[in-house]
Amino acid sequence: MAVILKAKREVVGQNVLKVDGLPLATGQPKFTLDMDLPGALVGKILYSPYAHAEIVSIDTSEAEKVPGVACILHYGNVPRVPYTTAGQGWPEPSPYDTVLFDKKVRYVGDRVAAVAAETEEAALEALRKIKVEYKVLPAVFTVEEALAPGAPIIHDEEDAEGIYDAKRNIAAAVDVPIGNIEKGFAESDVVVEATCELPYSQHAAMEPHCVIAYFDEDGRLVIRSSTQVPFHIRRVVSRVLGIPIHRIRVVKPRIGGGFGSKQEIILEPVAAALALRTGRPVKMALSREEVFVSTRTIHPAKVRVKLGAKKDGTLHAIELEAILNTGAYGAHGGTTLYNVGSKALPLYNKARNLRFHGKAVYTNLPVAGAYRGYGANQGFFGLEIAMDMLAEKLGMDPIELRLRNHIRTGETSPIFEKLGEGREGKPQVIRSCALEECLRIGAERIGWYEKRRNPRRKGPWAYGVGLACAMQGSGITGVDMAAATLIMNEDGSFRLLVGATDLGTGSDTVLAQIAAEVLGVPVEKISVYSSDTDFTPFDKGAYASSTTYVSGNAVLKAAEEVKRQILEVASEILEEPAEGLILAGGKVVSERTGREVSLSEVGHRAFYVANQRQIAATASFACPESPPPFAAFFAEVAVDTETGIVRVEKFVVVADCGQPIHPKLAEGQLEGAVVQGIGHALYEEMLFSERGSTVNSTFFDYRIPTVLDVPEIEAILVPSDEPTGPFGAKSIAEVGIDGPVPAISNAIYHAVGVRLTRAPFTPERILAALRTKDKERKG
Amino acid sequence: MKIYFELNGRPQYVEVEPGESLLSLLRRLGMKSVKEGCGTGECGVCTVLLDGKPIRSCITFAPKVQGKRVTTLEGLGTLEDPHPLQRAFVEAGAVQCGFCTPGMILTAYALLQENPAPAPYEVREYLVGNLCRCTGYKKIVDAVLLAAKWKREGRWR
Ligand code: FES
Ligand code: FES
Repeated sequence: MAVILKAKREVVGQNVLKVDGLPLATGQPKFTLDMDLPGALVGKILYSPYAHAEIVSIDTSEAEKVPGVACILHYGNVPRVPYTTAGQGWPEPSPYDTVLFDKKVRYVGDRVAAVAAETEEAALEALRKIKVEYKVLPAVFTVEEALAPGAPIIHDEEDAEGIYDAKRNIAAAVDVPIGNIEKGFAESDVVVEATCELPYSQHAAMEPHCVIAYFDEDGRLVIRSSTQVPFHIRRVVSRVLGIPIHRIRVVKPRIGGGFGSKQEIILEPVAAALALRTGRPVKMALSREEVFVSTRTIHPAKVRVKLGAKKDGTLHAIELEAILNTGAYGAHGGTTLYNVGSKALPLYNKARNLRFHGKAVYTNLPVAGAYRGYGANQGFFGLEIAMDMLAEKLGMDPIELRLRNHIRTGETSPIFEKLGEGREGKPQVIRSCALEECLRIGAERIGWYEKRRNPRRKGPWAYGVGLACAMQGSGITGVDMAAATLIMNEDGSFRLLVGATDLGTGSDTVLAQIAAEVLGVPVEKISVYSSDTDFTPFDKGAYASSTTYVSGNAVLKAAEEVKRQILEVASEILEEPAEGLILAGGKVVSERTGREVSLSEVGHRAFYVANQRQIAATASFACPESPPPFAAFFAEVAVDTETGIVRVEKFVVVADCGQPIHPKLAEGQLEGAVVQGIGHALYEEMLFSERGSTVNSTFFDYRIPTVLDVPEIEAILVPSDEPTGPFGAKSIAEVGIDGPVPAISNAIYHAVGVRLTRAPFTPERILAALRTKDKERKG
Repeated sequence: MKIYFELNGRPQYVEVEPGESLLSLLRRLGMKSVKEGCGTGECGVCTVLLDGKPIRSCITFAPKVQGKRVTTLEGLGTLEDPHPLQRAFVEAGAVQCGFCTPGMILTAYALLQENPAPAPYEVREYLVGNLCRCTGYKKIVDAVLLAAKWKREGRWR
C-alpha cells in the first residue's frame, strides 16, 4: 500500500530497517532473562487459593528447612506500605489499595508469600511447605453482587487511599452531564439504546512477566525488568522498600510484548525485597499459568449507550454508561473508566446533550489493569453498535450517519475539558482529522455499497459487511512528560538516549528517524539507548499511545538544539554566520559560497581543537494536548447459520495517524491491534470456576488467534498533518483495537439479522440469538 | 547422565538431568535465542530444529537428542552474516517484539527446505503452531514468501 507523504523527506516516512531488527532476528541475548547472573536465587510466589479470605496464621518453619531456601517473605516480616501497581505518573490517579503482602487475600491468585531459593525445585518445595491458615470470607464475582447492599467489603483496610467508596466496593465513579440529556432525548425524533458486554480477557504477550534484581558493585539495587514503565518502577520500589531513588537503577532490555500488561508494577518490588533481604541476585520468571492467574487483565465492562437523533441523522443526545469490573485491586480502574467517555464521546461532537456516567467496581476476581485501548475499546463497542442501530432505524447508510456527525479539523468537543485522566481534562481543538477519507477508502476497499445492497448467501453461509469508527489520543494531556538526550561523537555520529520504552513497537527506530531527519544523517549514524534510569533522561514510559508524539517531540527539540550547536561550530570553521549554513547529507554547506565542512570535522574541532565543548542537548516535552488518531474499520463476515460459526472473510482498517514516521511499523501496529480485536470478538474470554479461580489458564484453553484464524487484512494509512506532532505525526499503537469488535458485530447483524452484544461472538451465542429471532418471527 | 549431540554443527558432550527439558539445556549452553512462552507445548516460541525438523524444546526431554543434530537460531546466521530468512524477517517488518521470531524463523526454515515454493496458505498452515501476539501474522507470512523468492532466485539454498 502506498502512503502519500506531504513533503519529501530523507528519513522520516521511510521504511528504514528497524534498529533492533537484526539483533532480534539473529537471536542476540537482549531480553531480561538472557543475562546469566552467577549465584542468582530463584524467586517464587505463593498464591491464594481463595477468592476472599483472611490469613489467620502463616507458618514457614517447615519451608525454611528445605535445603537451599534463602528467604521467605510474607505480611509478617515486610513493612506495610500502601501503593498502586499501576505504572502511572505521580501522584497516581489509581487508589493506593495494594501492599507487598497483606493479611487478607482478595482473589484466587493474590500474593500470599514469596520464597527465594538456590533452585526452582527448592523454591517450589518451600512453597508447598508454607502452612497458611485462612478464614474464608464470602466473595463476590459480579459487579451486581459487589454493589448489592450488604455485600462483603473487599477493601476494608484502613490505610488504603483514594478509593471512591470502599464500603460499597466502588473503586472509582464518574458522572458528567453536558446540556440537558432528558430534554435532548425528548427533542429527538429517533432514539435507540444498546447494552454491550466485554468479558475478562488477557494481553497474552508472548514473553511472560520476568525480572532480575541484584546489587551492583557499589551496593546499588539494579532491577532488570520486562516493563513498560522503568521510571515508575524506580519511584514505586523506592517508596515500598524505603530505598532512596538514587540507590536504584531500573533497566529495561528488549521486552517480548506488553500491550499494557507491563505497565503494571507486579514482580519488581517482590524481587527487590528478596534481593535486599538475602543480599543475593534474585531472578523471577512467571509461568504462563501464573501470568493468566495472577497478573492483569482487560477491564471487563458493561456499556450502555442511548442515542437520540433528528430525522436527518444529526445526533442530539448521547448517554453513555459504563460499569467496569476492576477486579480485586483498583489499578487503572478510574482512569480506564474516564477513558471510556473521553475517547468515545468526542468522536460524534454534533450532539449537544451528553451524559457520561459509570463506576469501576471491585470484585473478587483477577485484577484488571491497563490494556491496549484502555477503555476506548469498551466505549466504542457500545457506541458503534448503537450507531448501527440508529442508522437502521433512520433508514440511513451507516457511513452517511458517521459523516453527518463526526468531529472535523478545527472543531472541538466539551468532553475534552470535562474528562481527563481520572479528573477534569483540558479543552482541545482537533487540528488534523482524515476520518472522512478513511471512510471513503475503506468503503471502496471492502466493496461496501455493493455488498450492503446485495448480501451474498451460499448454502448455510450468510455474508455481511459492517463498519465501526474510533479515535484514541496521543499521550495524556497535562500529565505526560518525556525527555531525550542527544550527544554527538567526534566522527559525526550520535548517541540518542531516551527514557522511552520500546516494547516491540519499534519506537527506538521511530525516535532515531526523527533525530536523523533533523541532523541530516542516515539512521545508522544514530545509536539509540533507551530505558535505563541511570543513563537515560526521564520518560513516563510506553502507554497511552504516547511515544511517537510525546517522546518524539522531545527528540525533535533535542535534535534541533544539537543542530544549532553544530552550525555554530561550523560557522567558526567556515568563518561565516550560521544563518546561511545548511545541515544535510552528513555535512554543513554554505549557501553563499558552497564551501562545506563534514560532521566529522565539526566533531573533532569541538572535542579537540578550539573553543572545546561537547555538542549535546537534553530536551523535554510535556504533553499540552493529545491529538487523536482516527480509524475506520470494515469487516466482511460469513456466518454459518447451521453451526453458528463466524468467519471473518476480510478486514479493512484505514487510519489517520498524521504523517507516519515509519509506515511499515505503523501498519504493523494496526495489523497486530486488529488481530487482537478479532480475538476479543470471536474467541477470547477468561472463565472462572464457582470459587473464582481462572479455569482457562493455558493457550490451549484460552485461544488467541493463530495465523490460520486471521483473515485477509488490509491496513491503509491516510496521512493527515498534525501541526503539533513531530513531522506531523500522531499515535497509532492503540486505535486499531477499538474497532474490530463492533465492526464484526455489525457485520453479523447485516449477515443474519441478529445483534451480538456480548463478546466473544461464539457459535453458541450466535445460534442462541438465531433461535430467539426465529421464535420471535414465528410469534 | 551424559549425552552427545551436535549443536549448530558443533559436537556437544554434556551432563543432563533425565527430566531436564531441551529448552533448559539449550539455554544453559548459551543458546539464549531459545525462548519460553508457555512451557507446555502450546505457543511454538521455543521451537528448534531436531535433525532439520521443527520441535518444541520445552516439551522435549534433553536426553532425546542423544546422537542427533539440533539447530537453534544462533546456528542459522549471525549479526555480521545473517541468514537471508533473518534478513527477510527484518525487511518485511515481521519483527516487532521479536520474542516469537526465533521459533518462527526456524519453522519457516524447515518449511522452505521441504517446499521451496510454498503458496501463502501453505505458509500459514505450516506456521499454525507458532503464536505471535504483536504482528497479526501478515508481515510474517510476507517475510517467508520473500525469503522463498530469494531462495528460488538462487540467493540461498
Ligand atoms: S514454550 Fe514451548 S511451546 Fe510454548
Ligand atoms: S513479534 Fe512479538 S510475539 Fe511475535
